[in-house]
Amino acid sequence: DPPRPSPGDTAVLAGLYGPAEAKLSKELPDRTALEVLLRPKVGLPGVLERSREQQLRQTCEAVVLGVLHPRTAITLVLQVLSDAGSLLSCCLNAACMGLLDAGLPLCSLFCGVTCALSPDGTITLDPTARQEQDARAVLTFAIDSRERKVLLSTTKGSCSVEEVRGAGGARGRGAPRRGAGPTPLCLPQMQQCLVAAQRAADTIFQFYRDSLQRRYSKS
Amino acid sequence: QYVPVKGDHVIGIVTAKAGDVFKLDVGGSEPAALSYLAFEGATKRNRPNVQVGDLIYGQFLVANKDMEPEMVCIDSSGKSSGMGIIGQDGFLFKVSLGLIRKLLAPKCEIIQELSQLYPFELVLGMNGRIWVKAKTVQQTLIIVNILEACEYMTAEQRRQALAKFLGK
Repeated sequence: DPPRPSPGDTAVLAGLYGPAEAKLSKELPDRTALEVLLRPKVGLPGVLERSREQQLRQTCEAVVLGVLHPRTAITLVLQVLSDAGSLLSCCLNAACMGLLDAGLPLCSLFCGVTCALSPDGTITLDPTARQEQDARAVLTFAIDSRERKVLLSTTKGSCSVEEVRGAGGARGRGAPRRGAGPTPLCLPQMQQCLVAAQRAADTIFQFYRDSLQRRYSKS
Repeated sequence: QYVPVKGDHVIGIVTAKAGDVFKLDVGGSEPAALSYLAFEGATKRNRPNVQVGDLIYGQFLVANKDMEPEMVCIDSSGKSSGMGIIGQDGFLFKVSLGLIRKLLAPKCEIIQELSQLYPFELVLGMNGRIWVKAKTVQQTLIIVNILEACEYMTAEQRRQALAKFLGK
């Protein structure tokens, strides 16, 4: 009987298949063809799911040693059981645990952390749906386990590209740049979110370690 | 999942006959190929009697990540040395790759203790497949259950379980 998540939690079920024989149209001659399918809780998968699938696929391809299994296909199916906020980071964590459980060769692990930046500047990790809505910007990072480097970074919020680049020039000063467009996200704040996410990643990697220990100690 | 390695002895299930070559499912990412001439005493006139669904115990001649794996049922000197089609009856089941390696270690305690229970035939495939045949179906199933449970039982628990059967 699988453990049921308590109501109000974000839960994603991950199923991993492969390396299996790939269709001729899909097979790559030198590496494995990784495919991610994200199924929402209700309704058919739409454009948002497709974009998430590509983001997850690129993150997974960065860690899976695909060159060891050329001309094969690995399929990762993620089913959203409930969504109470921070869905993308939950999918990232489920994907990594799926890869671990399947025993695929990986060069490192990764975890997903979501940060919500509120209008007054406070950073909230793993925000609820309500907190995500009220926030000025929501950032999701996929952090790798070896050097805590960033594998994926998604930002949703009022932020114009010029301001991010411009803030890059003013990095040393740490003062937010003024400019045209809606409330800009200045780079120091983004870096603060990243640092907070990297610290949170330690807890998640410890959780991976504990789960695996429990799994392999007794049936 | 099992990854084919050259020289490994595995149990394959015949899935197709394509002309002169049999396709075997070995639990890897693609089916392995087995030529009909790769049996002891096989010639173009004297073909082995292999049907779809048969179990074959053979070893890998070619197994790397870039090519389709190829199997043979003879060794380098042309003798079958226990390889070939596995007979009728018996029971095929899957265990983890780690347990197979434990069972294949020399002087494995589990096998020695089981052999005191009933006489039986045992074929171990490195791909995690085990084939067992004992005199009756019941004995076969008992051995299957004990082997599957050996994954998680300590030596002490195993001896207790076997003592129960020996007592009966």
